Parts: sequence; C-alpha cells; structure tokens
Amino acid sequence: MKPVLMCCSVSVDFDGFYALQGADLKVYPHEVRFLIGPNGAGKTTLLDVICGKTRASSGKVLFYSHDITDMPEHKIVQLGISRKFQSPSIFHQLTVWENMELALKQDRGLFAVLRAKMSEADRDMIITLLQRIELLDYADQKACSLSHGQKQWLEIGMQLIQFPQLLLLDEPIAGMSAAERERTGELIHEIARDCAVVIVEHDMDFVRRFSKQVTVMHEGKVLCEGTMEDIQQNEKVVEIYLGREEKAC
Amino acid sequence: MIKKNWMYWLFFLALFLAPFYLTEFRLSLLGKFLCFAMIAIGISLIWGYTGILSLGHGVYFGLGAYCMAMYLKLEASGGRLPDFMEWSGVNKLPWFWKPFEQPVIAISSAIIVPVLLAMFLSYFTFRNRIKGVYFSLLSQAIVVVFVTLFIGKQEWTGGTNGLTNFSTVFGFSLSSPLTQIVLYLLTVVLLLSMFLFSRWLTRSRFGRVLVAIRDSENRVRFLGFNPTTYKVFVYSLSAAFAGIAGAMFVLQVGLISPAMMGIIPSIEMVLWVAVGGRSSLIGAIIGAIVTNGAKSFFSENYPDIWLLFLGGLFIAVVLFLPNGLAGVYQSVKQRKKQGEVRANEASSHVLQRVSRF
Amino acid sequence: MSVFVTQLFNGLSLGSIMLFIAIGLAITFGLMGVINMAHGELIMVGAYATYVVQQFFAQYAPQSMDYYYIIAIPVSFFVSALLGLGLEKSLIRHLYHRPLDSLLATWGVSLILQQMARTIFGAPNVAVLPPEWLDGGVRVAGMVFPYKRLFILAFVAVSIFVLYMYLNKTAAGRRIRAVTLNRDMAACLGISTQKVDAYAFAIGSGFAGLAGCALTLIGPIGPTIGTYYIVDAFMVVILGGVGKVIGTVLGAFGIGLIGTLTEYSTSATMAKVITFALIIVFLQWKPSGLVSMKTRSLD
Repeated sequence: MKPVLMCCSVSVDFDGFYALQGADLKVYPHEVRFLIGPNGAGKTTLLDVICGKTRASSGKVLFYSHDITDMPEHKIVQLGISRKFQSPSIFHQLTVWENMELALKQDRGLFAVLRAKMSEADRDMIITLLQRIELLDYADQKACSLSHGQKQWLEIGMQLIQFPQLLLLDEPIAGMSAAERERTGELIHEIARDCAVVIVEHDMDFVRRFSKQVTVMHEGKVLCEGTMEDIQQNEKVVEIYLGREEKAC
Repeated sequence: MIKKNWMYWLFFLALFLAPFYLTEFRLSLLGKFLCFAMIAIGISLIWGYTGILSLGHGVYFGLGAYCMAMYLKLEASGGRLPDFMEWSGVNKLPWFWKPFEQPVIAISSAIIVPVLLAMFLSYFTFRNRIKGVYFSLLSQAIVVVFVTLFIGKQEWTGGTNGLTNFSTVFGFSLSSPLTQIVLYLLTVVLLLSMFLFSRWLTRSRFGRVLVAIRDSENRVRFLGFNPTTYKVFVYSLSAAFAGIAGAMFVLQVGLISPAMMGIIPSIEMVLWVAVGGRSSLIGAIIGAIVTNGAKSFFSENYPDIWLLFLGGLFIAVVLFLPNGLAGVYQSVKQRKKQGEVRANEASSHVLQRVSRF
Repeated sequence: MSVFVTQLFNGLSLGSIMLFIAIGLAITFGLMGVINMAHGELIMVGAYATYVVQQFFAQYAPQSMDYYYIIAIPVSFFVSALLGLGLEKSLIRHLYHRPLDSLLATWGVSLILQQMARTIFGAPNVAVLPPEWLDGGVRVAGMVFPYKRLFILAFVAVSIFVLYMYLNKTAAGRRIRAVTLNRDMAACLGISTQKVDAYAFAIGSGFAGLAGCALTLIGPIGPTIGTYYIVDAFMVVILGGVGKVIGTVLGAFGIGLIGTLTEYSTSATMAKVITFALIIVFLQWKPSGLVSMKTRSLD
C-alpha cells in the first residue's frame, strides 16, 4: 500500500539547536498513529514541519506524490492535511456556526469567498457535524463562551468538516474530563475510517487504550515503531522513556 | 430589515436633505466631514474588522486629492503652465502632468494611484508576515516619505502651499452654490454606497474571514486561507475609499497641501474611528463627523486647547471607551433590555458578593 | 578620498544621533511591547531641560557658563526619566499587551506635552548656545571634524557602554533582561515585573532626555522637535530587531550611513525615499530585523 505521508530524514535547526535530526515516518491510509516520546523529543516539531508551520532545514516531506516540504501552509491544507494545535485555536469572536462555516471544504480564494453562499448541502453538513460533536445547541454562541473541552471538540469538528486525508492532532485530550476523553478516543477511530490520523499524546493510558501503531521519538529521531506491547518490551524505550518516567514517579 | 435599521435610513435621509436646512458655510463643512467619513469606513474595515492599524491613510487621501487637484489646476490655468511652475522656473509641463488634462484619467487615477501604493506596501509587508505595530510604523514612515517628497519637489507639486486657486470643474464654476450642492449630494451618494458595500462585505463569509484574521491569523492559514491575499485586498479597498474621499475633498474645499496628509492628520483619522467605535461602520461615520465637528468648534473658539482636548480624547477613548460611541450605544441598549432581568438578579448578586468576602 | 571620509564621518555622526533617540525606545518596546509615541516628546523635554539649565546659568552664574552643559546632562536625564516614570505609573501600566492601543494613547500624551511646551516656552524655536569649548573642530588633511559632532559621538558611546554594563553586569539589569526574554518565567522566579517595567521605562525615558540634551548642540529646539525624530527612531528599532542593544546600534548606524551617502549623491528628499525603500527591501530578506531571536512560539 502506498503511504499517505512520508517524512525522509527531516532535520530542523533552531539557530544551532537541532529539534529534529533526521526523523523518518511513514503513515498509511486509515491508520491511527500515535507519536510518543519524552519532552523535547521533537514530536510537535515534526507535526509543525508536516503542516508547514516550521521549515525543515533538510530532508523531504511527501504527501502522496506531492512534495510539500517548502509549500506554504494554506496550500498544504488545501491538499488535504489538517492540523489541530495543542491549545484550542478557534476564532473566539465568531460563533460556533461561523467557525464551522469557515472550515467548510470550499474554494478559499478571495473572489470565490466573496461570492460564497451557504448551500443546502453545506448547511446539512454543518448541522450533522455539530450534532456529532454535541455543539448544535451552541451554534449561535460566540466560541469564547464555550468550555475548554467544548473548544477542543469544536476544533476537531472544524478538522472533520474539511474532510482531510491526513489529520494531525497535538494532545487532543489535554484538559478534558474522563468522559470527554473516552468520547474523543472513539471519535478519533470513527474519523480514521475516512482518513489517516497522527496523534501526539502524553497520556499513556489513552495511548494504551486507543493505539494500534505507536512511534517513539527521542532526541529528534524516531527510535522505534510497533504496537504498544512491542514498545513496552523494547529495552531502549524502557530506558529512555518509560524508565525515566517511572523514576520520576 | 428596514424596520430594524430605520435609524440608518433616517440618518442618511437627514444627510440628503441637509442642503435645505443648513447654511452654505455649514453645508460645505458637512461635505468635508463626509469625505472624512469615507476614510473612516475604510479604516474601520481594516482596523476594526481585520486588526490592521494603518497610520498611513493620509497618503492615500492625499494622493487621491492631488490627482483630482492636478486636473482642476490644469483646467484653471486654461492651457498655460500652472502658476507655481512658472514661479519655480519650469517652462514645460512635466510628462506625468499631461494625462491629467483628461478628466477620466484624473478621476480614475484618484482611485488607482492610492490603490497601487497600498498594494505595494501591504503586499511586501504582509507577505513576510510583518504585522501589528511593525506594519503601523512602516505605514507611518511612508507618510514621512511622501510629505518630504511633496514638499521637496516644489516645481511639480506646489510644495508646502500645495495646489489651490481652482476655478471650474468640467466647466461649472466651483464657487457657485449649485455646483457645491451637487458635489455635496454626490458625496452623500458615494458615502452611502461605500457604507452599503462595506456592510455587505462584513456580513458575508468574506467578513467572517476578516474577523478570523483579526482573531488569529495563523489559524486562518491552517484552515487553508491565505491571509495575505485577504489583507492586501481589504487594505487596498480602504485606500481606494481614502482616494475617493481625497478627490471629493478637493472639489469641495478647493485646496490640498502636504500638511493635510501628514503624520498628524493620518493618526487623527484613526481617532475618528476609535471615537465612533472601531468595529462599527456607522460608528466610524458618526465618529468622523462628531470629532471633526468638535475640532472646528474648538479651533473656532479656543484654538489653544484643541490639541490638549485631542490628546485627552486619544487617552480617554483607549482607556475607557475601547468600543467607542457605538459601544456605549450597544451597552445602553443591552442594559435597557436586561434592565428588568438585572433588577431581579441584583439582589442575588449582592448576596453572592457579600458571601465571597 | 577626503570626500569619502567626510561622508563616512557625517554618516557616523547621524547614526550616533539616531542611536541616541532610538535606544530608549528599543528598551521600552523590547521589554514591554509598548509603542511609546511620546518618546519624541520626552526628547523634547530633555532638550528644554537643557535650555532651562542654560538660562539659569546665564541668569545666576554667568561666570561658569562654560560648565552649564555638564550639569544639563544629568538634569535632562532625570527630568525625562521622572516624567517617564509618571507616565508608566498612570497610563502605560494599563496598556500592556495592547500595543496598538498603547500607540494611540501615547500619541495623545505627545499632543498634550507638545501643547504644554508651546504654552510654556512659546511656539517659535529657541536656540541653546553650545558651550564655547565645543566651538571649532579638528583639522586632519584638509578635512574638518567639528568638536560638537565628535563630542556627540563620544557622548553616545559612553552612554551605550554604561547601558550595556548596566544591563549585563548588574542585578537590576539582569532582571530587565530576564523580563524581556520571558515575562512569565521571570515573574515565577520572584521578579516583580511591575517594578522592572517601571524603572526600565524610566531608564528608557531618561535616555530620551539625554538625546534631547545632545540635540541642542546641533540646532534650535521647538515643541515639535519630537515628531521630527520619532519616525526615524522607530525605523531604527524595526531595522535593528527587537530585544538586543547591538541590533539597535547596527540599525542606527546603518540608517545613518545610508542616509548621508544617498543624500550626498542625490538630495535630502530623495535620501529619505531611498532609505525607506531600502528598509522595505531589507525586511523582505529579514522580516524580523538585523538581530533577532528565533523562537519556537508563534504569536
């Protein structure tokens, strides 16, 4: 099977500090891939490089057959890669509905947007999705009045309505209650029916519960890949990551 | 729709009927303020909606005004060299003055020239994601550049005195009351169309993109929009408004000089919008009229304290009225609505507060 | 050759003045993200303070007129610094994290200060007579280097050196740098960021006062002298990049040299246009200025 995403020895240099030193990653269609690793391992930076927020100093990022290494962010999004950030980044001054409206899969050119009208299909789509993320009752409220968990969901909803082929999530369950976590985990697997998902997550219980494939990163490189069981057996991982965490506890 | 906005329509109706109830002097003053209101609409679009603070709108206003003034000057000179050129020892009309003999070219350049400059400046700064105060300061620097240029090139621009002593426009005498009334009505029509167009813009999906850019430009990028295009477009649009305002200003006031496009007028333009309410289009219009009304009142009666008042106004608006007059109106309206609810809740609030201590 | 050296000297001289007017701004902008549009008026206050000291000497101690300038330097520093402190305590404090609003409010302050200067000292410019020991100049190979310009260069160099030592070698300076780099972290470490803001703003304002004092040497002063310099000062800060003294130094001398060289080969008007165009071009290449810190955080 052809991978959706391929990162080939990607390095990132922040003025002499190497956040990534030749990271490799392949993600296949319909896969839910968890990225774990200690702080500073380069997980978030890797997501940043994929979505174009940070430029790779060397290496290549391929999305299907497109070379997206040096593509501007908005073009990468238009290709079908969508990114959810660590802190909920929705538009606080717009209503929930308007947030969704902007996220709709549409021609995002200036003149297309000037002429844009809400079609019946778009309206139904937004309503369906708002129901799915349980925010339909809040559609006319400004996004800043939502609770933290609701903001996270709104953002996930905004990713979904774009129908991405690759979804990048950075700590999607941070700040959520146990019930919200459970629901989010299920939501992620629902999503994976239509697209590939890459998730950075620190919460090991969540990873254990919802992961199939896990990639461990350490010092800007990919250390190993496998199921959670494989990884827990891996000595190197235990040493640098799980071991350290246990010591800390 | 009409019922809800009857105040807007009443306001514009009052403007249309102004020639019937204002003296000639007051009418020309109001016409001038309405030109300023056009600039204010543009600034509200870029500042209130998109979050771009431009301190350079004096230049766009000035360029529009000069384009129109060049035509008027040539018409007034009747085929001879404009007087100030003769005084500076120029004996041939410079090549870039030539096209301005044609009214169509003069009027269209009053829009195109400011837009081109705005596109140039905004494209090269927004493309590099220079934003916030950096952009404000660069736009202010462009004011300095143009003012020095216009003062320095006296033989081409009339220097400090600017362009004045016009007589006719398309053959009609500028001093005749009828011409002035026609120009005034034209100004109101233009202002109304700018207002309606901007209102349509801000209420469409495009307007939501603008607000989204103000909220978080990077997030907009990660939804697949290119904020640079949007910002350049709306910034250039506001420059076009300012250019049209300049052209109408020159027709009614009969004078444009570098002092009217300098740093101080440019930042005053922002104040009009701040006074009226930065993210309210009608607020911006009213802000421009009220502030300038106050200005002519003070400078007629107490010229010395005008600057003190202006300075105080800047501080007061920023500290106490971040949403300007429109914000005050909104909160009064809300309070009226919530009045009853509040009264009921008030007692419980007091109790809560007491229990907190 | 001598033309070149003269132009180079003029460029350095202009650059040193630029540096003087911009350095205080760089401190306050870098530290607090506040755009102080009244910085130009703090320069004006420093200049008028020098004028007042001179008048005082002329009135009460005409025999020691030669030394009035030595007194004027600290006086202008402290007058502007105190005014800046008052400004911070009363107004700026409420405007942190609202850079665009701070810009408008401080512009209001600058209008008020201008009008006050006009009321007190009159609208026309006043001239400050430079002390006699600064008349004349050094002659080298047919070129004249005026003492005044040399003095300003030295004055700036000493001030920057003191500032640099203060920021890097004293505890108070370290606190300022800590707040500049990471406000929240510094606050967590027990630094009172409010206090740091207040005295850093006072120091920045004091430097504006010194700049005003230096400007009296090169020309007459008036209520609007600040407006004349403020835009240039901001260009220096933008070109230099925010957060490091060295960036401001490079930015100031860069603009100074470009300004004089283009003015020599074209005209004063064109020099302004060309300098500005070059700054825009430069920002295409380095949007965050000459010296900048790369960070991982966006926004």
